[in-house]
Amino acid sequence: MPSRRLLYLAPLAVFAVIAAAAAFYLQSGRDPRLLPSALIDKPAPAFSAPGLEYNGKTIRQGVESTSFKGRITILNFFASWCTPCLVEHPQITALSKTPSVALVGINYKDKPADAANWLARHGNPYARIGVDPAGEIAPEFGLYGVPETFLIDRVGRIRLKQVGPITAQVLKEKILPAIEALKK
Amino acid sequence: MRGAAALILLALFVAVAAPSPPASAIGPGEALEDAKLEDRARVIGRQLRCLVCQNQSIDDSDAPLARDLRRLVRKRLTAGDDDRQVIAYIHARYGDFVLLRPPVDERTWLLWFGPALALLAALAFLFRRLRRPRTAVTAEALSPEEAARADVLLGDRGDEP
Amino acid sequence: MSAEIGHFALIVAAVLALGQSVFPMAGAARRHGALMSLGGTLATGQFVFVSIAFGALTWAFVTSDFSVANVVQNSHSAKPLLYRITGVWGNHEGSMVLWCLILALFGACVAWFGDNVAPGLRARVIAVQGMIGLAFLAFILLTSNPFDRVNPMPADGRGLNPILQDPGLAFHPPLLYLGYVGFSVTFAFAIAALLEGRVDAAWGRWVRPWALAAWSFLTLGIALGSWWAYYELGWGGFWFWDPVENASFMPWLVGTALLHSAIVAEKRDALKSWSILLAILTFSLSLLGTFLVRSGVLTSVHTFATDPERGLFILAILAVTIGGALALYAWRAPALKGGGLFRPISREGALIVNNLLMTVAALTVLFGTLYPLIVDALGLGKISVGPPYFNATFVPLMAPLILAMGIAPFLPWKRADLAGALDRLKLLVAVTVGAAAIVVFLEERHSFAAALGIGLAVWAIGASVLELAGRVRLFRAPFGESLRRAAAMPRSAWGMTLAHAAAGVVVTGITASSVWQTEIVRVMKPGDRAEVAGYTVAFAGVQEVRVGNYLARRGRFTVSESGVALATLSPEKRVYLPQRTPTTEAAIRTTWFSDLYIVLGDPHGEGGHAVRLYHNPLVPWIWIGAVLMFLGGMVSLTDRRHRVGAPRRSVRPVQARPAEA
Repeated sequence: MPSRRLLYLAPLAVFAVIAAAAAFYLQSGRDPRLLPSALIDKPAPAFSAPGLEYNGKTIRQGVESTSFKGRITILNFFASWCTPCLVEHPQITALSKTPSVALVGINYKDKPADAANWLARHGNPYARIGVDPAGEIAPEFGLYGVPETFLIDRVGRIRLKQVGPITAQVLKEKILPAIEALKK
Repeated sequence: MRGAAALILLALFVAVAAPSPPASAIGPGEALEDAKLEDRARVIGRQLRCLVCQNQSIDDSDAPLARDLRRLVRKRLTAGDDDRQVIAYIHARYGDFVLLRPPVDERTWLLWFGPALALLAALAFLFRRLRRPRTAVTAEALSPEEAARADVLLGDRGDEP
Repeated sequence: MSAEIGHFALIVAAVLALGQSVFPMAGAARRHGALMSLGGTLATGQFVFVSIAFGALTWAFVTSDFSVANVVQNSHSAKPLLYRITGVWGNHEGSMVLWCLILALFGACVAWFGDNVAPGLRARVIAVQGMIGLAFLAFILLTSNPFDRVNPMPADGRGLNPILQDPGLAFHPPLLYLGYVGFSVTFAFAIAALLEGRVDAAWGRWVRPWALAAWSFLTLGIALGSWWAYYELGWGGFWFWDPVENASFMPWLVGTALLHSAIVAEKRDALKSWSILLAILTFSLSLLGTFLVRSGVLTSVHTFATDPERGLFILAILAVTIGGALALYAWRAPALKGGGLFRPISREGALIVNNLLMTVAALTVLFGTLYPLIVDALGLGKISVGPPYFNATFVPLMAPLILAMGIAPFLPWKRADLAGALDRLKLLVAVTVGAAAIVVFLEERHSFAAALGIGLAVWAIGASVLELAGRVRLFRAPFGESLRRAAAMPRSAWGMTLAHAAAGVVVTGITASSVWQTEIVRVMKPGDRAEVAGYTVAFAGVQEVRVGNYLARRGRFTVSESGVALATLSPEKRVYLPQRTPTTEAAIRTTWFSDLYIVLGDPHGEGGHAVRLYHNPLVPWIWIGAVLMFLGGMVSLTDRRHRVGAPRRSVRPVQARPAEA
């Protein structure tokens, strides 16, 4: 009875599939913690964040999602308490000098005094800074933590998301080519 | 008899609401005043993954992200969203990974229906086998005397499980 | 020096394991008695040398020998002695040595106590044990040597992960491994039987005690892990469908099926190739658990440090072991002769229902655990499979299972009358339905889930009591005769009754604690009071303390009921020093019928603290039930007919081979 024989082969077949998947997974060297963003190619969520103010002085104007239309925007979530943010700061500063790109920051769950001091010490590359003291804007962008950076095109769609610090390598291999592609 | 058993089984399948895992990590001041709304928020919270944690729902976790998401859930509920809309709202922003109950689509058909199909297939197989070989095997295996003896034996009852 | 001794002992053990894999197997094939009995000697030798290695590693930990890299990474001189010892298996390398130690122990046990097993079969079983041992010893020696030295020697170690510094950890992994690895014996029996090409009732009898022992330890190990999570992780949950919990649960489910199918194989000579398959699958799932924990393919609280090379090595072991076993099965099993016939409604039929539901439940857990991995590997994105999936698919399988469990002991073998059995149980049916109805209609939450859970629990416990009463003819015969009958009852029958009732106890605990939990979350300042389920909990304040290797903020709560002080509870937030890792220590007051569970949170506002208070009704029953299940297994194991090594006439019909030449 060949069909009966096949039945006895079924456990082996199931195991072969599982083992192959596991081998493939291990070989692929994938990081199980790496996650895709659900917002790629979707319009940036609408929000309005007040500007960063400290000592009665406005350090930067706030951010409106409507302002993303018509230009390429880099939206960077940062905080003074976040160590990796310091790691990416030189790259963020370099990005601010990229022609025809607006660099906009969202100061996440920070105290204005801490943020102002941090920016005074390390330099303030942002054209605008909105504050999100209670972490209300962050989940709109599907944020996991800081730093995270979004590249938004001229029609206001999110085209790229970087989770974690933008290292020099990420800047060169991922962010800058993506900006170039958007400029065309 | 068998029909009744099937009905009981069916009723069981339908009646079983997933028991809620107890407890949560929800902090003081987070809960909504409206107890009904808060209960809904809890049920929703248990279906959403705390993305930066290890296998915890946002209801279980102390992580800041979990707290933000719990607040977002309550904000949407207060704004009048129904449960489905709240989950869809967060799904749209965080992707499939946030859903602890995976969506039913072509990727997950096997996950959702595989075990049930396996059970049905096994049941069908068993019923066929247990009914048929009675004629196929016994017919040639048992002589009349053996059959008579078997009948006597069939009345016996093992003393041990 | 001890490190070199340990390393050397591991190498010797691996060489002995190689011999153990080859000689008895060759001996069994050629019916060469001396070669076959060499297997037992080699198995004993392997056990002795793995013990030496384990002892050497333990010595390095106890004496804080920081020239050994493993000790540096996982221990600290300020650690209490208990945690220096348990630290041996609180890491990847050391836990692998423990794994091999237990494997070698089981291999040796087959040699020591397997006198009643036919020599050819026993030789093959020991050889298969040797092969598994060889594979894992090679894994340790080639990828995970625990005896690697570090130069220069650091002044002190990095310490053990604080959440592992707990008495629960001292016993959770060893018990779990006794379970996992114990199933290697039933696996070896399955392979040996396939190689011999014969499975008979005797096979079922030989396999049952091993399956029973492994199952009992696994039950206790899983329960201990769940209890540990309950009191240590600080939010009162006891089961999270974490991939690694699932990895221990799958072998338990299939092992439970095996336990039952082996009965049919022994008593009725049926379900034989199915039992063989279950024996293979149970150990395969144990190995899968090992792979998942150590390969880094899953992220979980339980996983050891990620290392793809180790992952590939274990995967290769799995491919050979499981793939080989299943291929052998596909080749040899179709030739196995089917045995006793029976009707769908019969004791066999009920046991098949058990097997089917347990296996499908295990399949559900397997799917849920691996599915995200497979979807990701296929490039279809990241999905999560969490408790909502498991609850939705698992619970509907458990409900009919428990119904069948209650009625099965009332069904005779071969052919039964379901209506008749139900007639004997009609009082219980009424009580069950009544209990469920009370829960639905009279209890304020009107929860169907609660009604189902309580109904099933009443059914399971009630059926066990009735079954016992029926056996001893309680109230039908004079009481003295009932006592005599009870004393004469086989131990295995007592074990079954106890374990089945225990399942009802577990269901009660899970249901009640899930549905009727009370939770209060609030900011409390010293002097504040909170009311929880009839208790008054007063917060006296928080003090900073330093104990051993950690700093703690310790809260003081006094618990009273109607003005009578009952207890003082001190939940803590700790920071362990070498790594500055924070942990939460809940304080629990248990009455065995409910727990009052207090968690101290972070400071909140002026002098206040976030506090979580839980009242968990019947939650201790979950673990009480699990312990009863374990005891049921143990009682059954002491059955005279199961006792390993008891002199007994061989049941095998055609065992008169001239094997002992």
